[in-house]
Amino acid sequence: MSSRFFAATPSWKRSQIYAGYLFLLPNFIGFVAFILVPVVFSLYLAFSSWDLLSGVGGIQWVGLSNFTRMASDPWFVSSLWNNLVYSTFTVVFSILIGLGMALLLNNKVFGKSVLRTMYFIPYIVSLVAISAIWMALLSRFGPVSQLVRALGVENPPVWLMDPTFALPAIITLGIWNQAGYCMLIYLAALQGVPKELYEAAEVDGGGAWVKFHHVTWPLISPATFLLVITQIISSFRVFAPVQILTQGGPGRSTTVLVYYIYRTAYQNFRMGYASAMAWVLFSMVFIITFIQWQGQKRWVNY
Amino acid sequence: MNAPTIERLGTRIDLPKIILTAIAASIGIVMVLPLVWMLSASLKTEIEVFTYPIQWIPETIRWRNYQEVWAGLYPFGTFYWNSIQVTTISVTGLVITSSLAAYSFAKLQYPGRDVLFLAYLSTMMIPPQVLLVPRFILFRNFGILNTHWALILPGIFIIFGVFLLRQFFTTIPNELSESAIIDGANHLTIWSRIIMPLAKPGLVSLVIVSFVWRWNDYEEPLIFLFSRDLFTIPVGLTLFVDEFETRYSLIMAATVSAIVPVLAVFLAGQKFFVRGIVTSGLKG
Repeated sequence: MSSRFFAATPSWKRSQIYAGYLFLLPNFIGFVAFILVPVVFSLYLAFSSWDLLSGVGGIQWVGLSNFTRMASDPWFVSSLWNNLVYSTFTVVFSILIGLGMALLLNNKVFGKSVLRTMYFIPYIVSLVAISAIWMALLSRFGPVSQLVRALGVENPPVWLMDPTFALPAIITLGIWNQAGYCMLIYLAALQGVPKELYEAAEVDGGGAWVKFHHVTWPLISPATFLLVITQIISSFRVFAPVQILTQGGPGRSTTVLVYYIYRTAYQNFRMGYASAMAWVLFSMVFIITFIQWQGQKRWVNY
Repeated sequence: MNAPTIERLGTRIDLPKIILTAIAASIGIVMVLPLVWMLSASLKTEIEVFTYPIQWIPETIRWRNYQEVWAGLYPFGTFYWNSIQVTTISVTGLVITSSLAAYSFAKLQYPGRDVLFLAYLSTMMIPPQVLLVPRFILFRNFGILNTHWALILPGIFIIFGVFLLRQFFTTIPNELSESAIIDGANHLTIWSRIIMPLAKPGLVSLVIVSFVWRWNDYEEPLIFLFSRDLFTIPVGLTLFVDEFETRYSLIMAATVSAIVPVLAVFLAGQKFFVRGIVTSGLKG
């Protein structure tokens, strides 16, 4: 096809073809070197056993054994479970709080832009800094414990060292960090809802709930869809707060997938097993996204 | 709209608006409260940090905490300089290579274009953690492990940049570049003289969003760097957390120091940051 294609192509079109490849080239080289090759290499490692120290020659093909080992690895099972708990709570609450904030700002309020900035600021603060703040707030004599004591609880838990409270503490950190992002996406979506539709609903005698239920919610469903997907993806990447605040503890109560992958690779040097877990993480996120994508026809209106 | 209003001294007071503002403001205060506490704690003595009820404005402002952070065991200045270097070089490289690629994807027709773009898009879903192990090994073999190149090079090739700029470029009408071609301009000229100037808001968005992300990045410097004098701010900050252990006033002073640059960039370019986030999100 190509030679006939070129012969039949006028010169300005042909120059476009050369330019197309040339303009892409610098980025494409980096894409191959830093993304494509690592992806393929990582896929190979997932089926191998390698301790890094033995050099590239020490890579041994082990088939599926990395994957079969996960099921009986208590750290992996805990990481998976904790991650599911973390994801469920952060995704649901970030989206709900974000929606609430966006709906408030979409009304007539004073100082809209200042409020929007206040809601959004936690999103741009680095997770390391947020973790440091949470560490101080939740320390034994920190303000949160003081407040709880003032409310009459005599011996408040040491939050981050308590197996019951450590994961919820990390969840609140995640929600605080992400809610502003959800607010921003919803706010943009709300601005696209035509005013006439609300007026029509009012003429029909609809109250605030009817307007929300029949006008707002269906029309912002693409934003909800987007947020559910992006929030699930980002919630499976949680790492810094766990690594800085709890190192997965106490016991295994706060370990999550990326944290365990990090430990396996850079503390135990089991590169093959770490890669296999990274691919399980990717497959899970991919499957969840795929199911969402298939299901969107039922509730998303474009 | 028949909102109840109160007539007083001839001015109409919009009651629902006041109530909604009060609710919205109290949520806003909750959102910034941890940051306000951080700032206040960073200017207190260690004992004052834990007095209850919280004294939001310390009696005597204690700048010494910052002195200890900046002139103490670990040089905060070095971390700053490292972060500035890494961030500037990778963001510059990112904007140049992504804008060229975005021009190619958005404005040029050639066989295989859509397949290539799909390949780009599909890798956007791969979590960075999948890439960390193989990159670590590749960088070790290239001899760039424990150098800033290990952060800069992957930072230049972030697919998001291509994706975001492509979105902006497609909104620029083709007639402009077509008439330039008739006038004999080549594609490099069209890219630099027509597309780039017109896409300035998009470019600024990309610069600000990627600046914030690069500045805050923690996992890559944690894994690829071992020498303290190469550390960027986020990894440097964890050194302070370990070093000061429970001296939270000092940890908070270090945290404030770490946050300030990114906060300044965000507040200065908020409009562009928001547009970058919304464009890449909603049209994705």
